[in-house]
Amino acid sequence: MAAMEQSAVDLREPAGWRRRKNQVTTVLMWLSFVAVLIPLGFVLFTVIAKGASAINWQFLTGGPIPPNVVPAGIGGMGPAVYGTLVITGLAAAMAVPLGILGAIYVNEYGGRGALARVVRFMSDVMTGVPSIIMGLFIFSIWVLHFGYSGLAGAFALACLMLPVVIRSSEEMLKLVPDPLREASYALGATKSRVTMTVVLPAAIGGIVSGALLAIARAAGETAPLLFTILTVTATNTNPFSGANTALSTQIFTNATQPYLGAQSRAWGSALTLIAIAFILMIVARIVTARFTRYSS
Amino acid sequence: MDQSEQNVVAPAQLPKPAALQDTPKDAGFASTGSPIFDAKGISIYYGSFRAVTDVSLTIYENEITAFIGPSGCGKTTVLRTLNRLNDLIPEARVEGEVDYRGVSLYGAGVSPIAVRRRIGMVFQKPNPFPKSIYDNVAYGPRINGIRNKGKLDEIVERSLHQAALWDEVKNRLNKSGLGLSGGQAQRLCIARTLAVEPDVVLMDEPASALDPIATGKIEDLMHEIKSQYTIVIVTPNMQQANRVSDRNAFYSVPVNPESDTRTGTLVEYGPTQQIFEDPQDPRTQAYVTGRMG
Repeated sequence: MAAMEQSAVDLREPAGWRRRKNQVTTVLMWLSFVAVLIPLGFVLFTVIAKGASAINWQFLTGGPIPPNVVPAGIGGMGPAVYGTLVITGLAAAMAVPLGILGAIYVNEYGGRGALARVVRFMSDVMTGVPSIIMGLFIFSIWVLHFGYSGLAGAFALACLMLPVVIRSSEEMLKLVPDPLREASYALGATKSRVTMTVVLPAAIGGIVSGALLAIARAAGETAPLLFTILTVTATNTNPFSGANTALSTQIFTNATQPYLGAQSRAWGSALTLIAIAFILMIVARIVTARFTRYSS
Repeated sequence: MDQSEQNVVAPAQLPKPAALQDTPKDAGFASTGSPIFDAKGISIYYGSFRAVTDVSLTIYENEITAFIGPSGCGKTTVLRTLNRLNDLIPEARVEGEVDYRGVSLYGAGVSPIAVRRRIGMVFQKPNPFPKSIYDNVAYGPRINGIRNKGKLDEIVERSLHQAALWDEVKNRLNKSGLGLSGGQAQRLCIARTLAVEPDVVLMDEPASALDPIATGKIEDLMHEIKSQYTIVIVTPNMQQANRVSDRNAFYSVPVNPESDTRTGTLVEYGPTQQIFEDPQDPRTQAYVTGRMG
């Protein structure tokens, strides 16, 4: 009140509760941030603490994968690392181009047409399908006829990645401002030219990082691989024929064993898988930065 | 391609007989160029909504024609029908005749791609591509199939000179076009449009996002390039229309009291001096004297 008397204008906060509300909300947001970090921190800490000791060059590249009773330090997870890279790579080779093309169709060509609506709806439905169902699906239409193979696993992973790639790419294409398209059309560009030379380059950073995130996710999928690649102990260099193995399924089989050697191998595999996902994320960041160097 | 080239070039040799031109409005104005656009009774619809109706005008070569009028009167809509850019809006529809050098723009077999290669456009907001300055200007020539580096260098330099931007960017041609200021970015967009050597340059409020100095530069460059191009400019700014244009088309947007819809229409078209000093229509007079918005 004293301030009011001294000065003609009162520029203080009109209501004290507004400041308090701001403080309370800020504290709540920090608490939520910490609450989210805690599980992540524990997972990383535990996996590194228990897995780091298992990891060496022999573990990453050597083989064969020893039986469960064998203690740690013998053999290696080479076949599983190889299988994960090849199967995920094959899945990406199928799902990423198809997904990006699908997104281009939906956003640039289909418009509000019936087919574009169907594709959008189906990819939403596909996103919601549990991964184990995708495994069963590939098991029934492929594995039952052609047997277990890395390719079958790649099909299952591709089915999981496809809707994610379509939707994330579509979101990126939507962000490309229409005035850019119009500028290109006004220079006499055809629709395909506009898409290839203006829309895709403007969106490619986001599309690539979305695709890499989908790949990183698929690399960790276990359930769909259980039905489709079975398991082997030695590296199967032919992904098109015969059973194969992957880090995720090895984690599953080894972690469920009572033997310390198997458990150590499971932790090591888990850390390897996290490292692969981490590397993909970093690559995604670098790619995004590289492609968007003209955008600001 | 071959067919459209012939279609477009041949009729240009046949200027419209003077007797058929809008003589009352052109009285006392010596027309130098031949007609480029000849619009006859065009109406433009978005779905069932009629945005513009009953527009008839002739636009002449190497002149600057300005479209003025209050917002919502359909100036931009009419401009975008001149290079078929409204085709990009699925519901848009044009009725009536628009001839470009004697060829019907909306006739059967006319490719909007071929139309837009001759009739370029500069937009209201500068919209450079997220590419380097060089690639922005070289974009049009490249889609026309020019791959030769020396040729492209030459076109880029010439276009940037024409757009009065060369001196400001010549040392950073490989930097992003998005790093330029608003006025520079708009001149880059003009250079990009000029790089394909269009016949006509359409400008949709090209200076409305710019400060007076940048605006002045754009207006100067319009005068510079007028001898080589035909320019149609939409402007919300009457002083600008008065300064830059040879002819003015005043649009208005009467409200239909029955349906409460607004449909733009062309009120008066004539030489700039006549529109500003001796308007024939009371609505034009009210607008140019500032008594109506």
